Amino acid sequence: MNISLSITKNIHNWLFSIMPEGVASITEMVLIAVVYLAIFAVAGLYLVLLERRVAAWFQLRIGPNRVGYQGLLQTMADALKLVSKELTGTIKADKFLYNLAPYFVIVTSLMALALFPFTQEFQAFDINIGIFFLIAISSIGVIGILLGGWASNNKFAMIGAMRSGVQTISYELSVGLSLITMVLISGSLQLSEIVEVQKNGWLIVQGHVPAVIAFMIYMIAGTAETNRAPFDLVEAESELGAGFHTEYSGMKFAYFFLAEFINMFIIAAIATTIFFGGWLSPFGITESIPILGLFWFLGKTLVLIFLMMWFRWTFPRLRVDQLLTLEWKYLLPLNLLNIVLMALIVWLNLTIQF
Amino acid sequence: MSYFGDIYRGIKTLLTGMSVTGKYFLHSRKGAITQQYPDNRDTLKMFDRFRGEVVMPHNENNEHRCTGCQKCELACPNGSIEIIWDRQIDPESGKKKKMIDQHIYHLGMCTMCGLCIEACPTDAILWAQNFENSVYNRAYLTKVLNKPGSKLMPGVEE
Ligand code: SF4
Ligand code: SF4
Repeated sequence: MNISLSITKNIHNWLFSIMPEGVASITEMVLIAVVYLAIFAVAGLYLVLLERRVAAWFQLRIGPNRVGYQGLLQTMADALKLVSKELTGTIKADKFLYNLAPYFVIVTSLMALALFPFTQEFQAFDINIGIFFLIAISSIGVIGILLGGWASNNKFAMIGAMRSGVQTISYELSVGLSLITMVLISGSLQLSEIVEVQKNGWLIVQGHVPAVIAFMIYMIAGTAETNRAPFDLVEAESELGAGFHTEYSGMKFAYFFLAEFINMFIIAAIATTIFFGGWLSPFGITESIPILGLFWFLGKTLVLIFLMMWFRWTFPRLRVDQLLTLEWKYLLPLNLLNIVLMALIVWLNLTIQF
Repeated sequence: MSYFGDIYRGIKTLLTGMSVTGKYFLHSRKGAITQQYPDNRDTLKMFDRFRGEVVMPHNENNEHRCTGCQKCELACPNGSIEIIWDRQIDPESGKKKKMIDQHIYHLGMCTMCGLCIEACPTDAILWAQNFENSVYNRAYLTKVLNKPGSKLMPGVEE
C-alpha cells in the first residue's frame, strides 16, 4: 500500500509516526478524500456564483447580490434548497441506471481533480502517465451523460445525450491531440514534471507559434468537452428542455450541475498546468514562498475560466452539423499540422528558453 | 486559399464579438440597467415612455382639456373608458353645448395600448409613469379622471 500520495510531507510523516503503516495510509487516504470533496463542493458552488455574476455583468445586470455580502452565500442557499427538494423521476425510467448516472459524472470529475499539482507539494496523485490518465478519465464522464439521457426514458433527454455522445467523441480527439503537441515539448506525461520543465519559461512561451495554436484549439475543444455554450447542444434550453438532465431533480440535478462547473475548472486547470506553468509564478518572483503557488495556480485557472465564460456569453450556439464541421474539417487537420510543426521546432531546437 | 481565409475570417469575427461583449463587461458597473426596486423607491424614476396609467392633467385653475367628444371611448378596444356627458348651457355664449360630466377610466380593464391617447384630438389625456398600481379592492381601479368641479380650459375647442 504505497501509492504516491504526496500532499505535504509533514502530515504524511506525522501520520506514519503515530500509527502502524496500514492504518496510517488508510487514514491519509480518507483525509485526502474529504479534503478533495470539500474542494469539489466549495469550488463548484463558488464557480456557479462566479458564472452568474459574470453573466450578469456581461448583460449589464447586477446578478445575485442579496444573500450574504454581495451574494456570497447565494449558491450555498441554492444547494440547501436543492437538497431539501423531492427527488422525482419518470415511472418507466430504468431506475438503476437513472440513479447511477449522476455518480458517474461526479466521480470522474473528482478523479481528474486529484491529479493537479495545486502547489509543489499539494497534489494527491502524481501518476507518471498524468495527461494520459486525464484524457482517459474525462471520456468516462460522457458515459454518465449518456446513461442519464437514456435511462430517463424521455425523448428530449435522449436527444441531448446522443448529441453529447457525438460532441464528446469528436472533440476528445482535439483535446488529446493538442495536449500531445505540448507533450512533444515537455517530454513527459507526468504533471509535476511538466511543471518542472516550465521553470525555463512557460510552455506557451517555449513553444511559441505551435503552442499558441495548440492552446487555441485546446480552449475550443475544452469548451466543447464541458458542454458549455457555444457548444451547449446537449442542454440547449430552447430546444430540449434541459437536455439530458430534464428528468432529474433535487440533489441529483445538482450533481450534474456541479460536475459541469467542476469540469470547467478541470479544463482550465489542465490548460494552466500544461500551457501556463501551473503553480509557477511569472519570472519566478515568488519562488521563495512555495505556498503562493496555490495563489498563482488558482489565479491562472480563474483567468482561463473567465475566458470560457466570456465565450459563453458572446457566441451563439452551433448547429450539430456546424459543430462537426468545425471539429473534423478545421480543428483536426490543423491539429495534425500543428503536431508536425511542433515536432520540427523541437527537433531543430527552436524553442525559446530562458 | 479559401480554407485558411475562412479560418482567418472566423477568428477575426469571433474576436470582434468578444471585444464587444468585453466592453460591456468593463462598463457594467456604470451601465447596469437593473433597478434594485424597493431599496431605491424614493429616487426611482421611470423613463418617459413607460405606460403606468391614463391620467388627465389639470392646470392650476382646475381646468382640463377634455371636450367630451368621446373619441377615446370609441377608440378603446376594451371599453375601459366611459364618458358621461350632457348638454348644458355654455355660460359664455349662452348656447346649449355638449359638456363632460365624468371621464370614467377602468384601470383594471386597460391593456395600456395607448389608442385612447392617440385618438384624443385635444391631448386631454396622457400617460403617467407611476407603477405602484396595486390596490386592495378592485373598485379602486375605476377612476374618474376629471377632478370634481373642473371645467374645460378656454380656447381648447377653437
Ligand atoms: S390605453 Fe387602450 S385599453 Fe387603456 S383605456 Fe386607452 S384605449 Fe383603452
Ligand atoms: S379625453 Fe379626449 S378623446 Fe376622450 S372625450 Fe375627452 S377630448 Fe374626447
